[in-house]
Amino acid sequence: MLLIRCPYCEMERPEVEFRYAGEAHLVRPLNPAAASDEEWSAFLYLRANDKGLHAERWRHAVGCGRYFNCLRDTISDKISATYKAGEARPPIS
Amino acid sequence: MKFSLLSLARQALKGHQGWPEQWRSPEPKSAYDAVIVGAGGHGLATAYYMAKEHGMRNIAVLEKGWLGGGNTGRNTTIIRSNYLWEPSEAIYGHAHTLWGGLSQELNYNVMFSPRGVMLIAHSHHDAQSFKRHIYANRLAGTQNEWLTPQQAKEFCPLLNIDASIRYPIVGAALQRKGGTARHDAVAWGYARGASRLGVDIIENCEVKGINRDPSGAVSGLETTRGPIATRKIGVVAAGNTSVIMAMAGVRMPLESFPLQALVSEPLKPVMPCVVMSNTIHAYMSQSDKGELVIGAGMDGYTSYSQMGGLHIATQTLEAICEMFPTVSRLRMLRNWGGIVDTTPDRSPIISKTPVPGLFVNCGWGTGGFKATPGSGHVFAHQVATGEPHPINAPFTLDRFRTGGLINEAAAAAVAH
Repeated sequence: MLLIRCPYCEMERPEVEFRYAGEAHLVRPLNPAAASDEEWSAFLYLRANDKGLHAERWRHAVGCGRYFNCLRDTISDKISATYKAGEARPPIS
Repeated sequence: MKFSLLSLARQALKGHQGWPEQWRSPEPKSAYDAVIVGAGGHGLATAYYMAKEHGMRNIAVLEKGWLGGGNTGRNTTIIRSNYLWEPSEAIYGHAHTLWGGLSQELNYNVMFSPRGVMLIAHSHHDAQSFKRHIYANRLAGTQNEWLTPQQAKEFCPLLNIDASIRYPIVGAALQRKGGTARHDAVAWGYARGASRLGVDIIENCEVKGINRDPSGAVSGLETTRGPIATRKIGVVAAGNTSVIMAMAGVRMPLESFPLQALVSEPLKPVMPCVVMSNTIHAYMSQSDKGELVIGAGMDGYTSYSQMGGLHIATQTLEAICEMFPTVSRLRMLRNWGGIVDTTPDRSPIISKTPVPGLFVNCGWGTGGFKATPGSGHVFAHQVATGEPHPINAPFTLDRFRTGGLINEAAAAAVAH
């Protein structure tokens, strides 16, 4: 089980308190009516599915209930940073 | 050497010292007509049918680890075809038909055992959903029937149908001709069959890059055992598909998750069929060695670690103990994970790609083993001819742009 630090609660809590919410930093088309099928496909379905460092969203479902972002290595499952929604991805590689 | 009673007797007289290797281990050639990436069941089946039905003998299967060492060797071997949508019924039904004659086809005992697969309903919603499947299956000519809790217990006496349990059993959907097969034998049988037809199976050969010519079409691969030139690549890499496809600049609608399984210590035969519960994530059958084979749910996050959280396995065992109280004192011998590539609609992708010469067979998620023969058969057609077989035509990569999804996510609840 992962131990995840919620950047809002500022506490390290067990994974069962959280819900995974997929790849981070995907931007919804700003003008939905003007977006092409390709742009919608990319936003809705296409994913990096990184093997290695992966930026992803989690929700502290049974804590503060808020979404935040996390940098995790998908080979070792080691978490290197968690940060609030809207913040830039930390420069970790 | 063909396996037969005669060859067995002949070898017995010679003290079993004369059995030849079942497939060759050749050095990679510098060029092939086609290369399949991934020597799991699906990849080996693809190569076998490419050689047998499409006459392509100058082909190779590359495998970064050992043959059948990924999800082929890690799954719980359940075979059924009672899916909801017609394209799914067609491909899983095609596979189911091929399973029936596979041991004869390959001259290799894959131990296909159609002992019945029973999906357990725990709620009114489950019952409605399963009956919808049964009616849809009946229209498509796919076998599937509804059982009351008493009938389910008659079919599987180990089942606890007491109304006092946390998620009482309200009925079940049974596919009598569903069952299991020996997963390793499937990989070995296809490998032996393909190798005899001239296919080079190259283990410990990891793909590091995909080369393309100025027109954008594939021209070869970079591997840990040197460059290989080819004009056709079929990627059948399961959980690692996104990684391989990224080498050709293709972003996939896939996410890779750990899926866990466990086996118990061996018992005398107690479990006459396969029981699956999507609602409480517990799947159980008994192998011919006597171990109870238990499938767990998926972990919640993407990972390539081939192991998952203990709480996932714990939840599954709690569910198993409630459905089958008889086995609650059993010890588990092994617990492992495999990396499954899931699509947004929970249906596979068997398709050409935007890159000429590059084909992909992936997205089987949590339930690809059952489709192995059918998947290989239609993907062989796709790679050999460049055009889809009618059965895999709906399973395009492009459906995530056009919206022609095959939504088995809602249909199959969660698992396969």
